[in-house]
Amino acid sequence: MEQFDVRGQRLAALCLLGLVLFSYPVLAVFNVQGTVAGIPVLYAYFFVAWGALIGLIALVIERPD
Amino acid sequence: MLVPWVIIFVSFAYLGLLFAIAYYADQRADAGRSVIASPYIYSLSLAVYATAWTFYGSVGRAAENGVGFLPIYIGPTLMIALWWIVMRKILRISKQNRITSLADFIASRYGKSALLGGVVTVIAVIGILPYISLQLKAVSASFTTVLQYPEIVVPASVGAAPLLGDTALWVALILAAFTILFGTRHLDAAEHHEGMVAAIAFESLVKLVAFLAVGVWVSWGLYSGFGDIFARVAANADLQPMLAPFGGVGGDYSSWIWLTILSMFAIMFLPRQFQVTVIENKDEGHLRKAIWLFPLYMLAINVFVLPIAFGGLLHFPGGADADSFVLTLPMSQKQELLALVVFIGGLSAATGMVIVETIALSTMVCNDLVMPVLLRMRALRLNERRDLTGLLLGIRRGAIVLILLLGYLYFKIAGEAYALVSIGLISFAAVAQFAPAALGGIFWKGGTRRGALAGLVSGFAVWFYTLLLPAFARSEWLPLGLLEHGPFGIELLRPLALFGVSGLDQITHAMVWSMLANAGAYVAVSLSRAPGVDEHRQATLFVDVFRRPAGSSGERLWRGTASAADLFNLLARFVGLRAAGEAFADYARLRGVERPEAQREADADLVHFVEKQLAGVIGAASAHIMLATVTKEEALTLDEVRAVLDEASQIVVYSHRLEQKSQELERATRELRAANERLTELDRMKDEFVSTVSHELRTPLTAIRSFTEILHDHPQLPAAERERFLGIVIKETERLTRLISQVLDVSRLESGRMEWHESLIDMREVIEDTAASTSQLFREREVRLERSLPARVPRVKADLDRIVQVVVNLLSNAVKFIEPGRGRVEIALEEEGGFLRVNVRDNGPGVPREHQDLIFEKFRQAGDRLTGKPQGSGLGLYISRRIVEHSGGRLWVESRPGEGACFSFTLPLVDEAALGKAALGKAA
Repeated sequence: MEQFDVRGQRLAALCLLGLVLFSYPVLAVFNVQGTVAGIPVLYAYFFVAWGALIGLIALVIERPD
Repeated sequence: MLVPWVIIFVSFAYLGLLFAIAYYADQRADAGRSVIASPYIYSLSLAVYATAWTFYGSVGRAAENGVGFLPIYIGPTLMIALWWIVMRKILRISKQNRITSLADFIASRYGKSALLGGVVTVIAVIGILPYISLQLKAVSASFTTVLQYPEIVVPASVGAAPLLGDTALWVALILAAFTILFGTRHLDAAEHHEGMVAAIAFESLVKLVAFLAVGVWVSWGLYSGFGDIFARVAANADLQPMLAPFGGVGGDYSSWIWLTILSMFAIMFLPRQFQVTVIENKDEGHLRKAIWLFPLYMLAINVFVLPIAFGGLLHFPGGADADSFVLTLPMSQKQELLALVVFIGGLSAATGMVIVETIALSTMVCNDLVMPVLLRMRALRLNERRDLTGLLLGIRRGAIVLILLLGYLYFKIAGEAYALVSIGLISFAAVAQFAPAALGGIFWKGGTRRGALAGLVSGFAVWFYTLLLPAFARSEWLPLGLLEHGPFGIELLRPLALFGVSGLDQITHAMVWSMLANAGAYVAVSLSRAPGVDEHRQATLFVDVFRRPAGSSGERLWRGTASAADLFNLLARFVGLRAAGEAFADYARLRGVERPEAQREADADLVHFVEKQLAGVIGAASAHIMLATVTKEEALTLDEVRAVLDEASQIVVYSHRLEQKSQELERATRELRAANERLTELDRMKDEFVSTVSHELRTPLTAIRSFTEILHDHPQLPAAERERFLGIVIKETERLTRLISQVLDVSRLESGRMEWHESLIDMREVIEDTAASTSQLFREREVRLERSLPARVPRVKADLDRIVQVVVNLLSNAVKFIEPGRGRVEIALEEEGGFLRVNVRDNGPGVPREHQDLIFEKFRQAGDRLTGKPQGSGLGLYISRRIVEHSGGRLWVESRPGEGACFSFTLPLVDEAALGKAALGKAA
């Protein structure tokens, strides 16, 4: 079992993606007044992006070799 | 319902239930049928991360600045994505070295250093105190709040109560007693607490359900949905800025990012997280599910934080304590049952944290702080005591009580000036100090004991100065002037603006400086002097954990003498006589040697085995010291160790390369074999083609030759007969010509030398012309040809002559197989989804299903099998299909025997407008 397998690399990439999604300047794009389906834009973004990230992680890790 | 005795009764009943669960799980574990060996239980036990901080504090934080509660959960989500790389390694290392705690892990990595283990323990205990005080504060505050029902009061003056009425103290003592019952009933050789893990998993469910319940009630009971709450917030001038909080109430982006990083470290290095993730782990494979289930848990428990926070702010415009909104909102609406559920949820969040945290810390205090000191004091003569298990348990129990009382003390001194989350963040910053030494230790062999010590001490010192001192100063236990003017009036050393750096929030400021000091000292000191023998060995064990074959763990590196009986007695003193006997029996069975007690001299393998067993009970550093008392170790020189290690890693590298090479070779062989098979097949097909062609050519040639010979030999043949024979000769010659031109077509198609003259053609014209030219054939065989053509169709791009060839082939095929007289052939043209489709339908015998693919191959005919005589060359359909496919379409047959056949082909439509433009462009 090599330590840096493909799955590990994909997950590391997702970690980097998460760092980008949840830091400046991407957050600044959503830091505005206004709502999406009644939810403020920033808060809607947080939960949607967070959920999507978890979904991607699950997809990578549960995919059979 | 919310009267004191009910609340107290329910609380104790809940604790009793937890204990019952733990007891049951322990029984099952002893029977060898573990209840916690499941990835789902494992994921839930990780959720011990969510404490009273999450349960009460997140709402308070959200009410203060909107988004500030989120990085605490997003950080761990990001870190967990890296767990597949990082945590798997830590798990493997810990299992191989029987690690018992975080302090043990770090001490073990840097040469089993007792000093380092002690330092880590001290940092962990002091660093975690604020966090424990947070739990005490939350539980006592929620208790006080509930007791005031039906009044809603702010529990600001909780700490001011007289000692006997002091809830926090009682909470601390009860939790201490409970934890002692839970975690230190007996001594487990591997520090596994199955009962505790089962109870923690249950608590994770309770707090999640309780929080979701209050969230749903606030969102849809008190208000009418998320949209309603947020609309009211937007309409409120005071609250409206919180909807886009960055740069305003929510602080700037840099503090957000630092909180994320801080939480990334916290999820790995909080002692209780290390305990449940690493020490209590039953199976590395459980990590796979936990990596996404645990973040999902965190997402779920955070969904309602904002609605509750905003709901509370709207509901109590006067400004109640936001940390208790979760409780006061249901109370204000007389929702007694819900309030009770919330109270229990908060209790479960706090108890879960306190239990695991104090058990983890007490293990560290016992194994890495007290025992190494006691063992070194010769005056105590501990070496000669026969049974030490009682002593170990006593130390742990004492540590649990001490830690909780210290937590209470911190709460009294500094807890009241801060909100819940701010208290907790101080602890996060403390455990983040472990990151450089621990992470560096598993990826970098160059890190040394001195480096780790220097990093930890300097990072902790900066933390103490920039976070803990200000907390005391704010509570007026130290002069406030320290914060405003610096110590001795030195402005540069002000704890909140070290070296004049101001404008950062307190946590960011402390993190920047402490991480700089910590990582800087770790790297610089590590590089300044080469690691010693023990450090080098342990570094290799940790960093290369995946590279070493299981079972070999550096045994060869020990050189010394010890008697087997001494070793046995040593082990028996710590784990009891029976357990030691079992361990030695296991050892004998596994290695296939005689009972080791019988040996006089113990070999290195046995010494190592005993050390590992001991490490499981008292930690690596203590075990190392204990072992030194019965063995006479001869020092290895550094060069010897290096030589052995280098040799071993060289061999590993070579065998790895060799394996790769042989895999490559195998692959190449496989490819060659496949290529060879393809070539043989092609050769066979070529031979077959040649023999078929020569056979097909010979048939008409034989006919021509025999009839011309008859004509030649019998000049007196009657004119009619002669005419008939000449007719046959002409026909066979035609057939021969057709055959040869088809064979040439096939050869050109297959070699790609066919010339294509593409133009825009009108399929209506093609069909009309072809029908006219084949009408003679149809008349001969008395077959009716029907055409159903639309008035106008778009043109297609193809080679006109070739397409005519296809249509002629299909029509003549249809005629050929039809019974003369009653036959009917229909040719139809239609437009279908970007293609022009031509159908040639007949009412002949049809094509059996098993021949429907065959007839498109070379020299295959359905006819010769059905009627026994060849009706064509067997190349027509093959060529037609190749032509249609070259033009971008498809040719196929649909048929059921007895009901005729329908041959269809398609040609792609072209965008005439675009073509026109292109043509114009070319013309210009």
